[in-house]
Amino acid sequence: MILSINIVENDIFNMLLIAAIYLGIFSVAGLFLVLLERKVAAWFQLRLGPNRVGPWGLLQTMADALKLVSKELTGTIKADKFLYNLAPYFVIISSLMALAVFPFTQEFQAFDINIGIFFLIAISSIGVIGILLGGWASNNKFALIGAMRSGVQTISYELSVGLSLVTMVLLTGTLQLSEIIEVQKSGWLIVQGHIPAIIAFMIYMIAGTAETNRAPFDMVEAESELGAGFHTEYSGMKFAYFFLAEFINMFIIAAIGTTVFFGGWLSPFGITESIPWLGIFWFLGKTFALVFLMMWFRWTFPRLRVDQLLTLEWKYLLPLNLLNIVLMALIVWLGLTIQI
Amino acid sequence: MDTNIANSNLKSEDYFINMGPQHPATHGVLRLLLTIDGEIIKKVEPDLGYIHRSIEKMSERDSYQQIVHLTDRMDYLSSHINNEAVCLTVENALEIEVPERVKVIRTIIGELTRIASHCLWWGVMGMDVGALTTYFYGFRDREMINDIFEETCGARLTMNYNIPGGLMFDIHPNFVKRTKEFVAHFKTKIPEYDKLLTGNVIFQKRMKGVGILSKEDAISFGASGPVARGSGYSCDVRKYYPYSALDKVTFNEALKTDGDSLARYEVRIQEMWESLSIIEQLIDNIPEGDYKVATKAVIKLPKGEFYQKVETARGELGVFINSTGTKNPYRLKFRSPGFSNLSLLNHIAVGGKIGDLVASMATLDLVIPDIDR
Repeated sequence: MILSINIVENDIFNMLLIAAIYLGIFSVAGLFLVLLERKVAAWFQLRLGPNRVGPWGLLQTMADALKLVSKELTGTIKADKFLYNLAPYFVIISSLMALAVFPFTQEFQAFDINIGIFFLIAISSIGVIGILLGGWASNNKFALIGAMRSGVQTISYELSVGLSLVTMVLLTGTLQLSEIIEVQKSGWLIVQGHIPAIIAFMIYMIAGTAETNRAPFDMVEAESELGAGFHTEYSGMKFAYFFLAEFINMFIIAAIGTTVFFGGWLSPFGITESIPWLGIFWFLGKTFALVFLMMWFRWTFPRLRVDQLLTLEWKYLLPLNLLNIVLMALIVWLGLTIQI
Repeated sequence: MDTNIANSNLKSEDYFINMGPQHPATHGVLRLLLTIDGEIIKKVEPDLGYIHRSIEKMSERDSYQQIVHLTDRMDYLSSHINNEAVCLTVENALEIEVPERVKVIRTIIGELTRIASHCLWWGVMGMDVGALTTYFYGFRDREMINDIFEETCGARLTMNYNIPGGLMFDIHPNFVKRTKEFVAHFKTKIPEYDKLLTGNVIFQKRMKGVGILSKEDAISFGASGPVARGSGYSCDVRKYYPYSALDKVTFNEALKTDGDSLARYEVRIQEMWESLSIIEQLIDNIPEGDYKVATKAVIKLPKGEFYQKVETARGELGVFINSTGTKNPYRLKFRSPGFSNLSLLNHIAVGGKIGDLVASMATLDLVIPDIDR
């Protein structure tokens, strides 16, 4: 199960195989997350959730996906056809590419580049182009407002996501994800960096939730205000792309959080170092704990207003983040980190 | 180079969007014509008539017993109170004194209806500001009330329990027991509502100082019910013109003076407590006796004009009957609370954001069939 390869040296067959495996992970993770969201929502809301299709409703999202695939694609006549059709691919491809750099276990990583964190931030920014294009090209007023809000929101909160990760990079001294995990063998970074790391984590979770356009920051598709927001005019599989991408983005935000703050696949007592394949369970366990946290936000909090959203970012999170970087730099400089 | 946009050839136009008749926030077939500048609302024009069923005109054709059934379909969340309003008008015109038992039962069910209506409003209010979970909590408690209604009168929403002269049938033997169970249950649930939504910092930020309506404006727009009381205008019909058994109970009129969305919200939460207290005072002493007085099969009102107002969950509902002495009214007019409350939407929403409009509209607690009739 050695997938950590150097792409340049390997033949096209290997590359296709890895791509297929990742597509598999992508779709299974997406479908599972949709199901999980519906179940978690049901638990919060005194309901049962899906329980008819398959045992415990496990096949419900499969059925939904089949329905979406088999649906006729309808669209507006006056839409800008080329951009309208292009938009879902931007969104889905940016999510898929981000998955490539995660170290799921010690050996299971498709693409270990030395600018991993930078790559993640850069790639996840591409998604917003898809949303803007979708909202603009649909030729729908509600979709356009949704897209405008999305642009404002994502561009603002990317700063906080980036800066909170930069805070942690000060501690690790590297951008490469595998090395970041290597550093954490002497304690998870949230422990090593104590106070500034915890602040960075909180900022990261708030900004990450906003970055994925989920409640309480779901301005982009605020149901009670804009109907369905930027994807109002999309149907069938094109809608499914937006929908799946949202869930995969949530997974990515949680996975970055796991890798950078909670030691990725590392387990206590070095279990996953001696038996590497167990790492995937540790990685997914931690990731899903963070995913659950984001779902908890969504099903508890009301939505912010768009100006309050920007106030939160520019007046509170960003200055706090900058101070936090200084604090972290001081702690690293003075060697006040906690090493286990 | 002239960089002043106002002097240049660039033109800016108002952005116009159609909110409704099918829109998640308008809760029915209300259409709002919004003129916006970016996110800021410049003008709100409600457009009505999508669910107009000519209930007032149909009433001119029907006998008085039949009119009661039509009123269920106006404000369907206060159907019992609507029925009561028509029955009271007819009874007053005929100078019938209904038994004490009828009065008490009518009041208890009326207050249960008010709680059920506020439960639904609370759930939908949360949903409008983006907290989807409240909806299910509100419906859980409303369900218990609907079950009580179903047991007693066979219907859950359009109840038709009142008839001119009393009630259609006596209460179910379980009614008192189940109502007490509900009161005990709901007393533990209102604090839960506060924990989930009222105290939430995002919710407070969304509601405080938003959609401000002054007392003067509330009066001049004809606002009534919790909307007016949120602005400090004391106008509870139950207090000033008590009907049925409301003169036998003591309760406080929920009143706030801030006039913002949060005040209207808190008034309704407070009203739920007051309704519980009214039910508690009455439930143990439902007098024995008949559940109706005999009326003629064909009711003919004396010649003249009759008016009766009651307090529904949304405000003051007035019933005006102009009778020429026949078995049908010559003219019947409903003064519905929703219509007046909707008229002030433009006043409180202009200058706010789209999100504010939705939140303010939710605190008006509009039921569209009540506005259109």
